Amino acid sequence: MPISQGISLPAGLAERAESGRAASILPLRLRGAVARARGKQLIGPIDLDITRRGLTIVMGPNGAGKTTLLRLMHGLQRLSAGEIIWNAPQSQVRDRQAFVFQSPVMMRRSVLDNVAYPLVLRGINQADARAQAAEIATEMGLGGLLDQPAPVLSGGEQQKLSLARALISAPEILFLDEPCANLDGRATREIEAILQKAQGDGTRIVMSTHNMGQARRLAQDVVFMYDGKVHECAEATGFFEDTPKTPEATGFINGDIVE
Amino acid sequence: MDEILHGTYEAARLIVTLDRDLLEIIVLSLKVTLTAVAIASLIGLPIGAWLAVNRFRFRRIVIAVLNALMGLPPVVVGLFVYMMLSRSGPFGAMGLLFTPSAMIIAQVLIITPLIASISHQTIRDLWAQYHDLLISLNATRGQRIISLLWDGRRALLTAMLAGFGRAVGEVGAIMIVGGNIEHATRVLTTAIALETGRGDFAFAMGLGMVLIAIAVLVNLAIHGLGRTERSSVW
Ligand SMILES: Nc1ncnc2c1ncn2[C@@H]1O[C@H](COP(=O)(O)OP(=O)(O)OP(=O)(O)O)[C@@H](O)[C@H]1O
Ligand SMILES: [Mg+2]
Repeated sequence: MPISQGISLPAGLAERAESGRAASILPLRLRGAVARARGKQLIGPIDLDITRRGLTIVMGPNGAGKTTLLRLMHGLQRLSAGEIIWNAPQSQVRDRQAFVFQSPVMMRRSVLDNVAYPLVLRGINQADARAQAAEIATEMGLGGLLDQPAPVLSGGEQQKLSLARALISAPEILFLDEPCANLDGRATREIEAILQKAQGDGTRIVMSTHNMGQARRLAQDVVFMYDGKVHECAEATGFFEDTPKTPEATGFINGDIVE
Repeated sequence: MDEILHGTYEAARLIVTLDRDLLEIIVLSLKVTLTAVAIASLIGLPIGAWLAVNRFRFRRIVIAVLNALMGLPPVVVGLFVYMMLSRSGPFGAMGLLFTPSAMIIAQVLIITPLIASISHQTIRDLWAQYHDLLISLNATRGQRIISLLWDGRRALLTAMLAGFGRAVGEVGAIMIVGGNIEHATRVLTTAIALETGRGDFAFAMGLGMVLIAIAVLVNLAIHGLGRTERSSVW
């Protein structure tokens, strides 16, 4: 893929991700995990293992529970039953994850200060944080926009900003909720290249997508969700090339309407 | 008609020549009101932010009380402060009645609910936008409030200006607790009331023009802030 060769993440990012893995917070295990809201069961019970390396794609029809699953793993959605087990104490896991939301959250600040924000929260001084932010934002093609107010960026630029802001803290695991929805083909490829680079540098990636082509290009593992449950959890090659085991998944891949 | 023309001319002359009495009253007005706005902001802004980001048992009731306090008649606030500060009142020993401090206290009571309420609404909307991001980034409680106050600073400045506008034009409470004493507690509004009653329209109109100019400036600033807020969305 030619685009990926043009993108190199800042020096230090890879090492930071690498050194973090000395005592990794992964693997992540879900055991009978259930999420409820207002008495209604949203997803579960779910058993799932997120291994140390790789790129997992979460797929499934609208309302299947993909967003809820990602939020549950990240700790944004309260666990109602079951267990979520990290390979590290709870107090350490939050700072070593990052989340990219489907609709980007643009703080009312400049692009530069948005990207620098996670470092500032961690107590790094403003000048150093800004220098690192400038570097990573420029790598992602936001170089000409550093002083713009973030809320005026285009949809694609906002997604890139979100990704830069997520990667600047060199997370061990990165959750992305449909990061390429609303993006054109070129922007989608650029983001895929960034993700592949980050993954090569040791960042574990778990993302949801509705884009079948993207799933085929990126996935090493596929989690297929349907009606709040994990219907299939398989290696990508097996999932796409052999027939999936359940009729719902087969129908979904073939683009049929899953009733 | 003649009286109005003459009054206007005299008023303009007083302003242009920087009449000493006029200037003294303007300066005291600004001193009292700016101090009150500063204190009310120090109290009101954090309360507004805190109410916006914390869930607790009596939150709704506190917000309802805050909104009710916003509609409190200033004269009643004046009466209340008077009773507190009068010699037989609980704070009588401090000897604050009929001093600028008493006027500041009354104004703080009048505009703090206004500033807290407006900042609460602003911060609540911003918090709805930022909530997931700030939780995801593991921001501490203090960091959250600082980030929200900073990013909402334009709207918060608007709240402070609204408080200023209300305080500088207030007359009832100030009259009661300040006493409108010449060279001591006489401010724009109380002086206008007095001079009008006395029939010195020129002086009253001069003061009125200054007060109107201040109010117009404040409203222009609020309008300008609101526009930049919307057009650039930050
Ligand atoms: N806070 C909530 N309260 C009630 N129901 C909720 C809540 N959050 C999610 N749901 C419901 O849970 C189900 C799963 O939602 P979720 O957003 O996880 O689906 P999704 O797979 O991400 O869908 P999409 O592809 O449309 O993004 C939906 O039926 C949704 O209505
Ligand atoms: Mg979703």
